[in-house]
Amino acid sequence: MDQNRAPLYEALEKHRLDRVVHFDVPGHKGGRGNKELTQFLGERCLKVDVNSMKSLDNLNHPVSVIKEAQDLAAEAFGAKSCFFMVNGTTSAVQAMIMTACKAGDKIIMPRNVHRSAINALVICGAIPVYVNPGINKRLGIALGMSIADIEKAVRENPDAKAILVNNPTYYGICSDLKRIVEIAHKHNMLVLVDEAHGTHFYFGENLPISAMKAGADMAAVSVHKTGGSLTQSSILLCGENVNSDYVRQIISLTQTTSASYLLLASLDLARKNLSLNGIEIFRKTVELTEYARSEINKLGGYYAFSTEIIDNDAIYDFDITKLSINTRDIGLAGIEVYDILREEYGIQVEFGDLGNILAIVSAGDRAMEIERLVSALYEIKRIYSKDPTGMYVHNYIEPEVVYTPQEAFYSRKKALPIKESQEMISGEFVMAYPPGIPILAPGERITEEIVNYIHYAKEKGILLMGTEDMNVDNINVVEGE
Amino acid sequence: MELWYTEKHTENAEFSIKVKKQLVSKKSEFQRIDIFESYDFGKVLVIDGYLMLTEKDEFIYHEMITHVPMAVNPEIKDVLVVGAGDGGTVRELTRYETIENIDMVEIDRLVVDLCREYIPQTSSKLDDDRVNIYYEDGLKFVREKENKYDLIIVDSTDPFGPGEDLFTKEFYGNCYKALKENGILVNQHESPYYPNDAVAMQRAHSKIKSIFPVALVYQAHIPTYPSGHWLFGFASKGLDPIADLKEEEWNSLGLKTKYYNTDLHKGCFAIPNYVKELLKNA
Ligand SMILES: Cc1ncc(COP(=O)(O)O)c(C=O)c1O
Repeated sequence: MDQNRAPLYEALEKHRLDRVVHFDVPGHKGGRGNKELTQFLGERCLKVDVNSMKSLDNLNHPVSVIKEAQDLAAEAFGAKSCFFMVNGTTSAVQAMIMTACKAGDKIIMPRNVHRSAINALVICGAIPVYVNPGINKRLGIALGMSIADIEKAVRENPDAKAILVNNPTYYGICSDLKRIVEIAHKHNMLVLVDEAHGTHFYFGENLPISAMKAGADMAAVSVHKTGGSLTQSSILLCGENVNSDYVRQIISLTQTTSASYLLLASLDLARKNLSLNGIEIFRKTVELTEYARSEINKLGGYYAFSTEIIDNDAIYDFDITKLSINTRDIGLAGIEVYDILREEYGIQVEFGDLGNILAIVSAGDRAMEIERLVSALYEIKRIYSKDPTGMYVHNYIEPEVVYTPQEAFYSRKKALPIKESQEMISGEFVMAYPPGIPILAPGERITEEIVNYIHYAKEKGILLMGTEDMNVDNINVVEGE
Repeated sequence: MELWYTEKHTENAEFSIKVKKQLVSKKSEFQRIDIFESYDFGKVLVIDGYLMLTEKDEFIYHEMITHVPMAVNPEIKDVLVVGAGDGGTVRELTRYETIENIDMVEIDRLVVDLCREYIPQTSSKLDDDRVNIYYEDGLKFVREKENKYDLIIVDSTDPFGPGEDLFTKEFYGNCYKALKENGILVNQHESPYYPNDAVAMQRAHSKIKSIFPVALVYQAHIPTYPSGHWLFGFASKGLDPIADLKEEEWNSLGLKTKYYNTDLHKGCFAIPNYVKELLKNA
């Protein structure tokens, strides 16, 4: 196949030039019906914001240009087939889980998954078997899964249908994916990979192994995160072992019938760009990140970690494009540094948790932006640093699962102030966003440690969400316990 | 045939100079650099379409950015100049025999090379023994310096393009710590007149004010800059530009200047009401 082509983009361009008269939706009719929006986004953009039609194919039943674009993407990613997704990697993660599991089926996963994975369990009724991720005490972050823990989980749950793996985690940490695939396939389990932060593994050099290369069965890839497509667009990859026609049916259960062509075209063009220029793009990304890391580590007080943390177990590999910076030694929580960077220096980073900030670096950055980040960190240390004793840094608490997520979520519940909810079973989620990894998922016991953690995180200014109560003061707990 | 150079001062206001002869036009890694000969302003340096200096009125800018701090602290020995690839600021500084070291950091070597070749009027003192030129990012350079300079002059281009990071809070903060106890920072502050320039001026001022205990503004009249009304920021760790002015000492040096004098020094900190208002709301 010719990776220079972009069939979906080309079809949209042709459509624009054909000057078709529209008596179909969208009602803005190429922008004429909404002048202010057109002025804001540009006429070019509104003119290709169209609905599916014969010449532009249909995402729920692709037979022409969307199919061709997906086939090209599948080839580029080394997958047997793939699907363009328009509701984020969230929808791709959910499609993977719902393909592998139905109600009552077990799925092995690390507990530090993104909320989308546990949401899928609430929807489809599958049962999680959590593998505790390793923890790095110094950094306070949850890691990957160790092979010994996976083997144990598989041994104890031979009936599990699949293993879900983060490749990598938000912080850039990878498990031994190849070994996991071997173990899973030996036991007839599928391997589902959340590659929300791993698009570049498919195109760069000297990066951790990608899911498809490792032989995994499905992977959810956030092309919008590090691949250059528009926010909310994503790709679901499938390997040899999955029936992609069934996957399409599963996707259609929850997918819009009016997929945005802006998102779809952005995936098509991002794939083309990655195929043609990916090596250079990620070479530059790595160069900028490595420079930033070495300058930040020279400042003292910050620790921008990298491959030296690899332990060949729970940290099997590290994604060097990730600029994760531990802030503990300057006595500030990551979220405090995050807030100061934004409010005082006009610099927005991806997220801050209790011990770290994460900066996303890409080929779109210039040396100047990197210098600004490094200098601002220097200033923050100079002006704001404190004594680090008494800081609470870790962001993972091992859960005690009492009910499945679906049982708990749909049970009879009552609202209690969080500080009085100790020992109860949560009926909903509590998470910091980003990274969106639940502190509590439905069905888990609310311990004293968790209550304290939530209190501390709120005090430091972390954005919590998930509960019915928008202020996250109250929590719905399972009644009758 | 008539050839004109035009700079847009706003969407709807332009300033034009008739060109006698284009001398050079080159693109560096960072920007496009043009130098031409004019009828009324001598040679003119233009970067990315923006007028940087003319031989006719550069003395105003370069005298005001240097002699004001030098007259407040004649003890200044170690100076950092950020930007200033044309050499005009360095030329004025080299007139002080008491200055021992001048570090100049310019990100774009091509600006210096072309000014050396075509505009000796400003670049002639770049080869002074006391001058060290570093071709690198100014922000990075100051980050690595602590308690080193008596004076930092930020002779930047504009708050967009490759000089953008010189208008940031992190840069001014890094300058603060690179300065000694009696340190002074002088900043090219843009103009208060046209709204876009005024916003840049306000931003620079509020950032400097949040870091330095003394942060004042002085003005000069530069005919070829947008509106002709130009501001400089004077910031220090304690020295006051008027109370600490060493009038006699400076005058005894006998430096011959075309714009600056110590009376004007005292007057240039008196600014119009609308500018005061802008600074108050910055
Ligand atoms: C690990 C992980 N998986 C899945 C997602 C969901 O991606 P999206 O926001 O595109 O729905 C995210 C997003 O933050 C994530 O971090």
